[in-house]
Amino acid sequence: MKKRTSILGGAAAIAATFVVFVIPFIFIILMAFKDRQQSALRDFSWPTGFHFWENVVEVVKTRNWMMITAFINSSIITVVSVTLLVIFAAMVGYVLARRKTRWNGLIEFLILAGLMVPPAVVPTIWLLQGLKLFGTLHGMILIEVAYNLPFSIILYRAFVATIPRDLDEAAIIDGARPLDVFFRVVLPLLWPVTVTNIVVQSVGIFNDFTNPLYYLPGNANATVQLTLYNFQSQFSTAYNLLFTNILLITIPPLLVFMFFNRQIVAGMTAGAVKG
Amino acid sequence: MSASTMAGSPNQTETRAIKRTPYPGWFFTPAAIIYSVLFLAPTFASLYFSLTRWTLFDSEFIGLENFAQFLREPFLIKGLINTVIYAAVTSGLKVVVGLLLAVMLTSQIVGRGYLRSVVFFPVLVSTVGVGITFTVLMHPTQGMINETLALFGIAGPGWLTDPNLALYSVALVDVWKGVGLATVIYIAGLVAIPQDYYEAARIDGATPWQNFWYVTLPLCRPATSTVITLSFIGGLRTFDLIWAMSKGGPGFASDTIASVIYKQYQAGFYGLSTAGNVVLFILIALLVVPLTMFLNRKQGHE
Repeated sequence: MKKRTSILGGAAAIAATFVVFVIPFIFIILMAFKDRQQSALRDFSWPTGFHFWENVVEVVKTRNWMMITAFINSSIITVVSVTLLVIFAAMVGYVLARRKTRWNGLIEFLILAGLMVPPAVVPTIWLLQGLKLFGTLHGMILIEVAYNLPFSIILYRAFVATIPRDLDEAAIIDGARPLDVFFRVVLPLLWPVTVTNIVVQSVGIFNDFTNPLYYLPGNANATVQLTLYNFQSQFSTAYNLLFTNILLITIPPLLVFMFFNRQIVAGMTAGAVKG
Repeated sequence: MSASTMAGSPNQTETRAIKRTPYPGWFFTPAAIIYSVLFLAPTFASLYFSLTRWTLFDSEFIGLENFAQFLREPFLIKGLINTVIYAAVTSGLKVVVGLLLAVMLTSQIVGRGYLRSVVFFPVLVSTVGVGITFTVLMHPTQGMINETLALFGIAGPGWLTDPNLALYSVALVDVWKGVGLATVIYIAGLVAIPQDYYEAARIDGATPWQNFWYVTLPLCRPATSTVITLSFIGGLRTFDLIWAMSKGGPGFASDTIASVIYKQYQAGFYGLSTAGNVVLFILIALLVVPLTMFLNRKQGHE
Protein backbone atom coordinates (compact mmCIF):
# COMPACT_ATOMS: atom_id res chain seq x y z
CA MET A 1 0.00 0.00 0.00
CA LYS A 2 2.68 2.42 1.07
CA LYS A 3 4.90 1.39 -1.82
CA ARG A 4 2.09 1.99 -4.25
CA THR A 5 1.53 5.57 -3.11
CA SER A 6 5.24 6.26 -3.38
CA ILE A 7 5.29 4.96 -6.95
CA LEU A 8 2.23 7.04 -7.78
CA GLY A 9 3.75 10.06 -6.10
CA GLY A 10 6.99 9.45 -7.94
CA ALA A 11 5.21 9.28 -11.27
CA ALA A 12 3.34 12.50 -10.55
CA ALA A 13 6.58 14.21 -9.51
CA ILE A 14 8.37 12.98 -12.61
CA ALA A 15 5.55 14.23 -14.84
CA ALA A 16 5.38 17.62 -13.13
CA THR A 17 9.14 18.25 -13.15
CA PHE A 18 9.26 17.06 -16.76
CA VAL A 19 6.77 19.74 -17.78
CA VAL A 20 8.35 22.50 -15.72
CA PHE A 21 12.07 21.77 -16.03
CA VAL A 22 12.63 19.58 -19.08
CA ILE A 23 10.20 20.96 -21.67
CA PRO A 24 12.01 24.35 -21.87
CA PHE A 25 15.24 22.52 -22.75
CA ILE A 26 13.48 20.36 -25.33
CA PHE A 27 12.05 23.56 -26.75
CA ILE A 28 15.59 25.00 -27.09
CA ILE A 29 16.79 21.86 -28.88
CA LEU A 30 13.80 21.70 -31.24
CA MET A 31 14.21 25.37 -32.13
CA ALA A 32 17.90 24.82 -32.87
CA PHE A 33 16.95 22.12 -35.40
CA LYS A 34 14.40 24.18 -37.32
CA ASP A 35 14.84 26.41 -40.33
CA ARG A 36 14.28 30.12 -40.04
CA GLN A 37 10.71 30.10 -41.30
CA GLN A 38 9.44 27.39 -39.01
CA SER A 39 11.30 28.76 -35.98
CA ALA A 40 9.54 32.11 -36.47
CA LEU A 41 6.31 30.42 -35.33
CA ARG A 42 7.95 29.78 -31.92
CA ASP A 43 5.70 26.80 -31.27
CA PHE A 44 6.45 23.43 -29.71
CA SER A 45 6.53 21.33 -32.86
CA TRP A 46 8.69 18.72 -34.55
CA PRO A 47 11.13 20.27 -37.05
CA THR A 48 9.99 19.78 -40.63
CA GLY A 49 13.62 19.34 -41.68
CA PHE A 50 16.83 19.01 -39.70
CA HIS A 51 18.90 22.15 -40.12
CA PHE A 52 21.01 21.88 -37.00
CA TRP A 53 24.39 21.74 -38.73
CA GLU A 54 23.54 24.65 -41.06
CA ASN A 55 22.44 26.69 -38.05
CA VAL A 56 25.63 25.92 -36.14
CA VAL A 57 27.79 26.92 -39.11
CA GLU A 58 25.86 30.14 -39.57
CA VAL A 59 26.01 31.05 -35.86
CA VAL A 60 29.74 30.37 -35.70
CA LYS A 61 30.47 32.36 -38.87
CA THR A 62 28.33 35.37 -37.97
CA ARG A 63 30.06 38.68 -37.37
CA ASN A 64 33.41 37.49 -38.58
CA TRP A 65 33.61 34.31 -36.48
CA MET A 66 32.73 36.16 -33.30
CA MET A 67 31.64 32.92 -31.63
CA ILE A 68 35.16 31.48 -31.91
CA THR A 69 36.72 34.65 -30.51
CA ALA A 70 34.20 34.57 -27.70
CA PHE A 71 34.86 30.95 -26.82
CA ILE A 72 38.62 31.60 -26.78
CA ASN A 73 38.19 34.74 -24.63
CA SER A 74 35.85 33.01 -22.19
CA SER A 75 38.17 30.01 -21.91
CA ILE A 76 41.20 32.21 -21.21
CA ILE A 77 39.33 34.25 -18.60
CA THR A 78 37.91 31.15 -16.94
CA VAL A 79 41.11 29.10 -16.85
CA VAL A 80 43.45 31.87 -15.72
CA SER A 81 41.16 33.40 -13.12
CA VAL A 82 40.24 30.02 -11.62
CA THR A 83 43.96 29.10 -11.40
CA LEU A 84 44.77 32.34 -9.60
CA LEU A 85 41.70 31.95 -7.38
CA VAL A 86 42.69 28.46 -6.32
CA ILE A 87 46.28 29.38 -5.38
CA PHE A 88 45.57 32.71 -3.69
CA ALA A 89 42.45 31.56 -1.87
CA ALA A 90 44.15 28.39 -0.66
CA MET A 91 47.04 30.44 0.74
CA VAL A 92 44.67 32.73 2.62
CA GLY A 93 42.39 29.92 3.80
CA TYR A 94 45.39 27.92 5.04
CA VAL A 95 47.00 30.67 7.12
CA LEU A 96 43.61 31.94 8.28
CA ALA A 97 42.64 28.53 9.65
CA ARG A 98 46.07 27.75 11.15
CA ARG A 99 47.13 30.98 12.81
CA LYS A 100 45.07 33.09 15.17
CA THR A 101 46.10 36.72 15.06
CA ARG A 102 44.33 39.96 15.82
CA TRP A 103 43.86 40.47 12.09
CA ASN A 104 41.58 37.45 11.77
CA GLY A 105 38.49 39.37 12.81
CA LEU A 106 39.14 42.09 10.24
CA ILE A 107 39.85 39.56 7.49
CA GLU A 108 36.68 37.65 8.21
CA PHE A 109 34.71 40.87 8.14
CA LEU A 110 36.23 41.72 4.74
CA ILE A 111 35.30 38.25 3.42
CA LEU A 112 31.68 38.67 4.51
CA ALA A 113 31.65 42.19 3.06
CA GLY A 114 32.89 40.76 -0.24
CA LEU A 115 29.97 38.36 -0.33
CA MET A 116 27.38 41.05 0.43
CA VAL A 117 28.50 44.40 -0.93
CA PRO A 118 27.65 45.00 -4.59
CA PRO A 119 30.73 46.05 -6.57
CA ALA A 120 30.85 49.79 -7.29
CA VAL A 121 30.71 49.67 -11.07
CA VAL A 122 31.68 53.10 -12.38
CA PRO A 123 34.48 53.74 -9.86
CA THR A 124 35.91 50.34 -10.83
CA ILE A 125 35.84 51.30 -14.51
CA TRP A 126 37.52 54.61 -13.65
CA LEU A 127 40.21 52.76 -11.70
CA LEU A 128 40.73 50.17 -14.46
CA GLN A 129 41.16 52.99 -16.97
CA GLY A 130 43.76 54.55 -14.71
CA LEU A 131 45.61 51.23 -14.53
CA LYS A 132 45.24 50.79 -18.32
CA LEU A 133 43.36 47.56 -17.68
CA PHE A 134 39.89 48.61 -18.83
CA GLY A 135 38.63 46.52 -21.74
CA THR A 136 41.51 44.04 -21.49
CA LEU A 137 41.43 40.37 -20.65
CA HIS A 138 43.98 40.97 -17.88
CA GLY A 139 41.66 43.44 -16.20
CA MET A 140 38.69 41.10 -16.57
CA ILE A 141 40.64 38.21 -15.06
CA LEU A 142 41.73 40.28 -12.05
CA ILE A 143 38.14 41.47 -11.54
CA GLU A 144 36.84 37.89 -11.53
CA VAL A 145 39.54 36.94 -9.03
CA ALA A 146 38.73 39.89 -6.76
CA TYR A 147 34.96 39.26 -6.80
CA ASN A 148 35.16 35.50 -6.26
CA LEU A 149 37.95 35.32 -3.68
CA PRO A 150 35.67 35.48 -0.61
CA PHE A 151 33.68 32.38 -1.60
CA SER A 152 36.81 30.36 -2.41
CA ILE A 153 38.51 31.42 0.82
CA ILE A 154 35.50 30.27 2.84
CA LEU A 155 35.59 26.86 1.15
CA TYR A 156 39.32 26.47 1.79
CA ARG A 157 39.28 27.71 5.37
CA ALA A 158 36.58 25.23 6.32
CA PHE A 159 38.49 22.38 4.71
CA VAL A 160 41.91 23.27 6.16
CA ALA A 161 40.35 23.12 9.63
CA THR A 162 39.63 19.41 9.07
CA ILE A 163 43.27 18.55 8.18
CA PRO A 164 45.34 17.55 11.25
CA ARG A 165 48.07 20.05 12.13
CA ASP A 166 50.49 17.15 12.72
CA LEU A 167 50.95 16.80 8.99
CA ASP A 168 52.33 20.28 8.40
CA GLU A 169 54.17 20.27 11.74
CA ALA A 170 55.99 17.08 10.74
CA ALA A 171 57.20 18.76 7.57
CA ILE A 172 58.23 21.87 9.53
CA ILE A 173 60.30 19.81 11.97
CA ASP A 174 62.00 18.21 8.98
CA GLY A 175 63.11 21.72 8.08
CA ALA A 176 60.76 22.53 5.21
CA ARG A 177 60.22 26.23 4.54
CA PRO A 178 56.70 27.67 4.63
CA LEU A 179 56.37 27.66 0.83
CA ASP A 180 57.46 24.04 0.61
CA VAL A 181 55.09 23.06 3.38
CA PHE A 182 52.25 24.74 1.58
CA PHE A 183 52.87 23.61 -1.97
CA ARG A 184 54.20 20.10 -1.27
CA VAL A 185 52.27 19.03 1.82
CA VAL A 186 49.13 21.09 2.29
CA LEU A 187 47.99 21.92 -1.23
CA PRO A 188 47.92 18.26 -2.36
CA LEU A 189 45.85 17.42 0.73
CA LEU A 190 43.37 20.13 -0.26
CA TRP A 191 42.69 18.42 -3.59
CA PRO A 192 39.00 17.54 -2.94
CA VAL A 193 38.07 21.12 -2.10
CA THR A 194 40.25 22.36 -4.97
CA VAL A 195 38.18 20.30 -7.38
CA THR A 196 35.02 21.76 -5.87
CA ASN A 197 36.45 25.25 -6.22
CA ILE A 198 37.49 24.72 -9.82
CA VAL A 199 34.12 23.35 -10.84
CA VAL A 200 31.90 25.88 -9.04
CA GLN A 201 33.98 28.93 -9.96
CA SER A 202 34.48 27.98 -13.61
CA VAL A 203 30.76 27.52 -14.16
CA GLY A 204 30.11 30.88 -12.48
CA ILE A 205 32.80 32.75 -14.41
CA PHE A 206 31.95 31.12 -17.74
CA ASN A 207 28.31 32.12 -17.25
CA ASP A 208 29.12 35.63 -16.03
CA PHE A 209 27.28 38.22 -18.06
CA THR A 210 27.22 41.40 -15.98
CA ASN A 211 30.95 41.91 -15.37
CA PRO A 212 32.09 41.47 -19.00
CA LEU A 213 29.22 43.76 -20.00
CA TYR A 214 30.69 46.53 -17.85
CA TYR A 215 34.42 45.91 -17.91
CA LEU A 216 35.08 44.26 -21.27
CA PRO A 217 33.32 46.23 -24.02
CA GLY A 218 34.06 45.82 -27.72
CA ASN A 219 33.53 43.05 -30.24
CA ALA A 220 37.14 41.83 -30.15
CA ASN A 221 36.71 41.19 -26.43
CA ALA A 222 33.32 39.49 -26.62
CA THR A 223 32.73 36.69 -24.16
CA VAL A 224 30.35 33.81 -24.71
CA GLN A 225 27.46 35.31 -22.75
CA LEU A 226 27.74 38.61 -24.61
CA THR A 227 27.53 36.98 -28.05
CA LEU A 228 24.14 35.74 -26.98
CA TYR A 229 23.14 39.24 -26.06
CA ASN A 230 24.57 40.71 -29.28
CA PHE A 231 22.79 38.09 -31.35
CA GLN A 232 19.50 38.82 -29.70
CA SER A 233 18.92 42.09 -31.51
CA GLN A 234 20.60 41.03 -34.71
CA PHE A 235 18.61 37.82 -35.03
CA SER A 236 15.44 39.19 -33.55
CA THR A 237 13.58 37.24 -36.21
CA ALA A 238 16.06 34.39 -36.72
CA TYR A 239 15.01 32.34 -33.71
CA ASN A 240 16.64 29.18 -35.04
CA LEU A 241 20.07 30.84 -34.80
CA LEU A 242 19.38 32.42 -31.44
CA PHE A 243 18.45 29.07 -29.93
CA THR A 244 21.35 27.29 -31.63
CA ASN A 245 23.55 29.85 -29.90
CA ILE A 246 21.89 29.15 -26.54
CA LEU A 247 22.36 25.43 -27.10
CA LEU A 248 26.06 25.86 -27.96
CA ILE A 249 26.88 27.83 -24.83
CA THR A 250 24.94 25.36 -22.67
CA ILE A 251 27.23 22.50 -23.70
CA PRO A 252 30.21 23.38 -21.42
CA PRO A 253 28.07 23.59 -18.24
CA LEU A 254 26.31 20.38 -19.32
CA LEU A 255 29.64 18.53 -19.58
CA VAL A 256 30.70 19.87 -16.18
CA PHE A 257 27.36 18.76 -14.76
CA MET A 258 27.72 15.25 -16.16
CA PHE A 259 31.24 14.70 -14.82
CA PHE A 260 31.29 16.75 -11.60
CA ASN A 261 27.69 16.78 -10.40
CA ARG A 262 28.68 15.52 -6.95
CA GLN A 263 31.44 18.11 -6.43
CA ILE A 264 29.24 20.98 -7.51
CA VAL A 265 26.48 20.06 -5.10
CA ALA A 266 29.00 19.44 -2.31
CA GLY A 267 30.72 22.76 -2.94
CA MET A 268 27.64 24.89 -3.19
CA THR A 269 26.05 23.45 -0.07
CA ALA A 270 29.28 23.45 1.97
CA GLY A 271 30.10 27.03 1.04
CA ALA A 272 26.55 28.11 1.71
CA VAL A 273 26.07 26.42 5.05
CA LYS A 274 29.44 27.40 6.47
CA GLY A 275 29.33 30.93 5.06
CA MET B 1 45.36 50.77 2.25
CA SER B 2 44.04 47.60 3.61
CA ALA B 3 46.68 45.73 1.65
CA SER B 4 49.25 46.77 4.20
CA THR B 5 47.03 45.89 7.14
CA MET B 6 46.21 42.46 5.75
CA ALA B 7 49.71 41.66 4.57
CA GLY B 8 50.77 42.52 8.09
CA SER B 9 53.92 44.50 8.68
CA PRO B 10 54.04 43.65 12.39
CA ASN B 11 55.85 45.90 14.83
CA GLN B 12 59.36 45.17 16.02
CA THR B 13 58.54 43.15 19.10
CA GLU B 14 56.60 40.63 17.10
CA THR B 15 59.02 40.29 14.22
CA ARG B 16 61.03 37.43 15.64
CA ALA B 17 58.00 35.36 16.52
CA ILE B 18 56.47 35.92 13.10
CA LYS B 19 59.68 34.97 11.34
CA ARG B 20 59.59 31.59 12.96
CA THR B 21 55.95 30.88 12.24
CA PRO B 22 55.37 28.37 9.46
CA TYR B 23 52.18 30.26 8.61
CA PRO B 24 53.59 33.55 7.31
CA GLY B 25 51.37 36.59 7.01
CA TRP B 26 52.62 37.37 3.52
CA PHE B 27 50.54 34.45 2.27
CA PHE B 28 47.70 36.97 2.40
CA THR B 29 49.51 39.44 0.13
CA PRO B 30 48.46 38.42 -3.42
CA ALA B 31 44.80 38.02 -2.46
CA ALA B 32 44.89 41.17 -0.35
CA ILE B 33 46.35 43.32 -3.12
CA ILE B 34 43.87 42.17 -5.78
CA TYR B 35 40.92 42.41 -3.40
CA SER B 36 41.77 45.83 -2.02
CA VAL B 37 42.75 47.44 -5.31
CA LEU B 38 39.86 46.12 -7.40
CA PHE B 39 37.11 45.76 -4.81
CA LEU B 40 37.75 47.80 -1.66
CA ALA B 41 39.25 50.88 -3.30
CA PRO B 42 36.36 51.35 -5.78
CA THR B 43 33.90 50.78 -2.95
CA PHE B 44 35.44 53.59 -0.90
CA ALA B 45 35.78 55.78 -3.99
CA SER B 46 32.07 55.27 -4.67
CA LEU B 47 31.24 56.98 -1.37
CA TYR B 48 32.86 60.16 -2.69
CA PHE B 49 31.82 59.96 -6.35
CA SER B 50 28.19 59.38 -5.40
CA LEU B 51 28.27 62.96 -4.12
CA THR B 52 29.42 64.39 -7.44
CA ARG B 53 28.39 65.11 -10.99
CA TRP B 54 30.96 62.98 -12.76
CA THR B 55 32.28 62.53 -16.29
CA LEU B 56 35.13 60.11 -15.41
CA PHE B 57 37.62 62.90 -16.24
CA ASP B 58 36.16 65.55 -14.08
CA SER B 59 33.93 65.57 -11.04
CA GLU B 60 31.96 68.37 -9.48
CA PHE B 61 30.91 68.07 -5.84
CA ILE B 62 27.14 68.48 -5.52
CA GLY B 63 26.52 67.07 -2.05
CA LEU B 64 23.54 64.81 -1.58
CA GLU B 65 21.84 65.91 -4.82
CA ASN B 66 22.13 62.45 -6.43
CA PHE B 67 20.50 60.79 -3.44
CA ALA B 68 17.79 63.45 -3.34
CA GLN B 69 17.09 62.62 -6.96
CA PHE B 70 16.76 58.95 -6.05
CA LEU B 71 14.06 59.81 -3.56
CA ARG B 72 12.36 62.35 -5.82
CA GLU B 73 12.12 60.75 -9.25
CA PRO B 74 9.13 58.39 -9.33
CA PHE B 75 10.85 55.86 -11.60
CA LEU B 76 13.85 55.66 -9.27
CA ILE B 77 11.60 55.10 -6.24
CA LYS B 78 9.78 52.47 -8.28
CA GLY B 79 13.12 50.75 -8.85
CA LEU B 80 13.81 50.81 -5.13
CA ILE B 81 10.45 49.24 -4.26
CA ASN B 82 10.73 46.69 -7.09
CA THR B 83 14.11 45.56 -5.80
CA VAL B 84 12.67 44.76 -2.37
CA ILE B 85 9.59 43.04 -3.85
CA TYR B 86 11.75 40.98 -6.19
CA ALA B 87 14.09 39.85 -3.41
CA ALA B 88 11.20 39.01 -1.07
CA VAL B 89 9.19 37.10 -3.70
CA THR B 90 12.13 35.08 -5.03
CA SER B 91 13.56 34.17 -1.62
CA GLY B 92 10.10 33.34 -0.22
CA LEU B 93 9.25 31.06 -3.13
CA LYS B 94 12.68 29.43 -3.08
CA VAL B 95 12.21 28.57 0.61
CA VAL B 96 8.75 27.05 0.10
CA VAL B 97 9.37 25.23 -3.19
CA GLY B 98 12.93 24.26 -2.26
CA LEU B 99 11.84 22.73 1.03
CA LEU B 100 8.97 20.81 -0.57
CA LEU B 101 11.24 19.45 -3.31
CA ALA B 102 13.90 18.52 -0.75
CA VAL B 103 11.37 16.66 1.45
CA MET B 104 10.19 14.83 -1.64
CA LEU B 105 13.72 14.01 -2.79
CA THR B 106 14.82 12.65 0.59
CA SER B 107 11.78 10.35 0.83
CA GLN B 108 11.53 6.92 -0.76
CA ILE B 109 10.40 8.13 -4.15
CA VAL B 110 11.01 6.52 -7.54
CA GLY B 111 13.28 8.35 -9.96
CA ARG B 112 15.18 10.25 -7.27
CA GLY B 113 18.35 10.59 -9.32
CA TYR B 114 16.43 11.91 -12.31
CA LEU B 115 14.46 14.38 -10.18
CA ARG B 116 17.54 15.70 -8.42
CA SER B 117 19.42 16.27 -11.70
CA VAL B 118 16.50 17.87 -13.46
CA VAL B 119 15.80 20.32 -10.64
CA PHE B 120 19.47 21.23 -10.19
CA PHE B 121 20.61 21.56 -13.80
CA PRO B 122 19.11 25.04 -14.48
CA VAL B 123 21.40 26.43 -11.74
CA LEU B 124 24.36 25.82 -14.07
CA VAL B 125 22.84 27.18 -17.27
CA SER B 126 23.55 30.67 -18.53
CA THR B 127 21.16 33.16 -16.94
CA VAL B 128 20.86 35.15 -20.15
CA GLY B 129 20.10 32.00 -22.13
CA VAL B 130 17.34 31.11 -19.68
CA GLY B 131 16.02 34.67 -19.82
CA ILE B 132 15.83 34.72 -23.61
CA THR B 133 14.18 31.29 -23.72
CA PHE B 134 11.48 32.29 -21.27
CA THR B 135 10.94 35.63 -22.99
CA VAL B 136 9.99 33.61 -26.08
CA LEU B 137 7.88 31.15 -24.08
CA MET B 138 6.07 34.01 -22.30
CA HIS B 139 5.12 35.91 -25.46
CA PRO B 140 1.48 37.02 -24.97
CA THR B 141 0.08 35.60 -28.22
CA GLN B 142 2.75 33.39 -29.76
CA GLY B 143 4.39 32.07 -26.59
CA MET B 144 4.11 28.41 -25.73
CA ILE B 145 2.79 29.08 -22.22
CA ASN B 146 -0.23 31.06 -23.37
CA GLU B 147 -0.86 28.75 -26.33
CA THR B 148 -1.00 25.83 -23.91
CA LEU B 149 -3.32 27.74 -21.57
CA ALA B 150 -5.54 28.54 -24.56
CA LEU B 151 -5.99 24.81 -25.17
CA PHE B 152 -7.70 24.66 -21.77
CA GLY B 153 -9.76 27.74 -22.60
CA ILE B 154 -7.75 30.05 -20.34
CA ALA B 155 -6.72 33.43 -21.70
CA GLY B 156 -3.14 33.75 -20.53
CA PRO B 157 -1.92 37.15 -19.30
CA GLY B 158 0.72 39.29 -20.99
CA TRP B 159 3.47 37.93 -18.76
CA LEU B 160 6.09 40.49 -19.67
CA THR B 161 3.92 43.12 -21.35
CA ASP B 162 1.55 43.78 -18.45
CA PRO B 163 3.23 46.43 -16.25
CA ASN B 164 1.66 44.94 -13.12
CA LEU B 165 2.92 41.46 -13.91
CA ALA B 166 6.33 41.84 -15.59
CA LEU B 167 8.37 41.97 -12.39
CA TYR B 168 6.66 38.87 -11.01
CA SER B 169 7.13 36.95 -14.26
CA VAL B 170 10.88 37.63 -14.11
CA ALA B 171 10.85 36.61 -10.43
CA LEU B 172 9.15 33.32 -11.38
CA VAL B 173 11.87 32.54 -13.91
CA ASP B 174 14.46 33.42 -11.25
CA VAL B 175 12.84 30.83 -8.98
CA TRP B 176 12.78 28.30 -11.84
CA LYS B 177 16.51 28.76 -12.34
CA GLY B 178 17.56 29.05 -8.69
CA VAL B 179 15.32 26.65 -6.80
CA GLY B 180 17.73 23.78 -7.46
CA LEU B 181 20.35 25.40 -5.25
CA ALA B 182 17.82 25.94 -2.45
CA THR B 183 16.79 22.30 -2.84
CA VAL B 184 20.31 20.88 -2.48
CA ILE B 185 20.96 23.13 0.55
CA TYR B 186 17.75 21.80 2.14
CA ILE B 187 18.67 18.21 1.24
CA ALA B 188 21.98 18.67 3.08
CA GLY B 189 20.04 20.09 6.05
CA LEU B 190 17.41 17.33 6.06
CA VAL B 191 19.95 14.52 5.83
CA ALA B 192 21.69 15.93 8.91
CA ILE B 193 18.56 15.57 11.08
CA PRO B 194 19.08 12.51 13.36
CA GLN B 195 16.60 9.72 12.67
CA ASP B 196 15.93 9.43 16.44
CA TYR B 197 13.59 12.40 16.29
CA TYR B 198 11.42 10.73 13.66
CA GLU B 199 11.59 7.50 15.62
CA ALA B 200 10.34 9.29 18.75
CA ALA B 201 7.62 11.01 16.76
CA ARG B 202 6.54 7.68 15.28
CA ILE B 203 6.25 6.13 18.75
CA ASP B 204 4.12 9.08 19.81
CA GLY B 205 1.90 8.36 16.82
CA ALA B 206 2.62 11.53 14.86
CA THR B 207 0.95 11.99 11.47
CA PRO B 208 3.16 12.79 8.48
CA TRP B 209 1.97 16.39 8.69
CA GLN B 210 2.94 16.63 12.38
CA ASN B 211 6.26 15.05 11.49
CA PHE B 212 6.90 17.80 8.99
CA TRP B 213 5.61 20.67 11.12
CA TYR B 214 7.09 19.75 14.50
CA VAL B 215 10.26 17.85 13.54
CA THR B 216 11.48 18.66 10.04
CA LEU B 217 10.68 22.35 9.92
CA PRO B 218 12.27 23.40 13.23
CA LEU B 219 15.32 21.18 12.76
CA CYS B 220 16.18 22.40 9.28
CA ARG B 221 16.20 26.03 10.39
CA PRO B 222 19.92 26.51 9.66
CA ALA B 223 19.24 25.51 6.04
CA THR B 224 16.26 27.87 5.94
CA SER B 225 18.30 30.80 7.15
CA THR B 226 21.02 30.02 4.59
CA VAL B 227 18.54 29.83 1.73
CA ILE B 228 16.81 33.05 2.78
CA THR B 229 20.04 35.00 3.23
CA LEU B 230 21.61 33.78 0.00
CA SER B 231 18.60 34.27 -2.21
CA PHE B 232 17.65 37.57 -0.58
CA ILE B 233 21.08 39.08 -1.24
CA GLY B 234 21.05 37.55 -4.72
CA GLY B 235 17.59 38.95 -5.38
CA LEU B 236 18.53 42.46 -4.29
CA ARG B 237 21.51 42.41 -6.66
CA THR B 238 19.86 40.75 -9.68
CA PHE B 239 20.66 42.33 -12.98
CA ASP B 240 21.27 39.80 -15.76
CA LEU B 241 17.90 38.08 -15.73
CA ILE B 242 15.95 41.34 -15.64
CA TRP B 243 18.09 42.77 -18.40
CA ALA B 244 17.69 39.66 -20.57
CA MET B 245 13.90 39.47 -20.11
CA SER B 246 12.34 42.90 -19.77
CA LYS B 247 15.14 45.50 -19.73
CA GLY B 248 13.25 46.99 -16.80
CA GLY B 249 10.16 47.52 -18.93
CA PRO B 250 7.42 47.98 -19.93
CA GLY B 251 8.22 51.59 -19.07
CA PHE B 252 9.95 51.39 -15.72
CA ALA B 253 7.60 48.70 -14.42
CA SER B 254 10.24 46.06 -13.71
CA ASP B 255 13.29 48.24 -13.10
CA THR B 256 15.38 47.32 -10.08
CA ILE B 257 18.29 49.29 -8.61
CA ALA B 258 20.79 47.14 -10.51
CA SER B 259 19.11 47.87 -13.85
CA VAL B 260 18.83 51.58 -12.95
CA ILE B 261 22.58 51.61 -12.22
CA TYR B 262 23.23 50.18 -15.68
CA LYS B 263 20.83 52.55 -17.44
CA GLN B 264 22.32 55.62 -15.74
CA TYR B 265 25.79 54.36 -16.59
CA GLN B 266 24.82 53.94 -20.26
CA ALA B 267 23.30 57.41 -20.29
CA GLY B 268 26.55 58.85 -18.93
CA PHE B 269 25.19 59.91 -15.53
CA TYR B 270 28.14 58.37 -13.70
CA GLY B 271 27.57 60.19 -10.43
CA LEU B 272 23.93 59.12 -10.31
CA SER B 273 24.85 55.56 -11.27
CA THR B 274 27.38 55.43 -8.45
CA ALA B 275 24.80 56.85 -6.05
CA GLY B 276 22.61 53.93 -7.13
CA ASN B 277 25.39 51.60 -6.08
CA VAL B 278 25.60 53.24 -2.68
CA VAL B 279 21.81 53.06 -2.31
CA LEU B 280 21.90 49.34 -3.14
CA PHE B 281 24.70 48.85 -0.61
CA ILE B 282 22.75 50.68 2.09
CA LEU B 283 19.61 48.73 1.24
CA ILE B 284 21.45 45.39 1.52
CA ALA B 285 23.03 46.44 4.83
CA LEU B 286 19.71 47.71 6.23
CA LEU B 287 17.76 44.60 5.25
CA VAL B 288 20.23 41.74 5.39
CA VAL B 289 22.03 42.50 8.65
CA PRO B 290 18.81 42.54 10.76
CA LEU B 291 17.52 39.56 8.77
CA THR B 292 20.55 37.38 9.55
CA MET B 293 20.51 38.54 13.18
CA PHE B 294 16.85 37.59 13.42
CA LEU B 295 17.41 34.19 11.80
CA ASN B 296 20.40 33.42 14.02
CA ARG B 297 18.61 34.54 17.18
CA LYS B 298 15.79 32.13 16.40
CA GLN B 299 18.35 29.40 15.94
CA GLY B 300 19.81 30.15 19.36
CA HIS B 301 16.50 29.24 21.01
CA GLU B 302 16.59 25.68 19.72
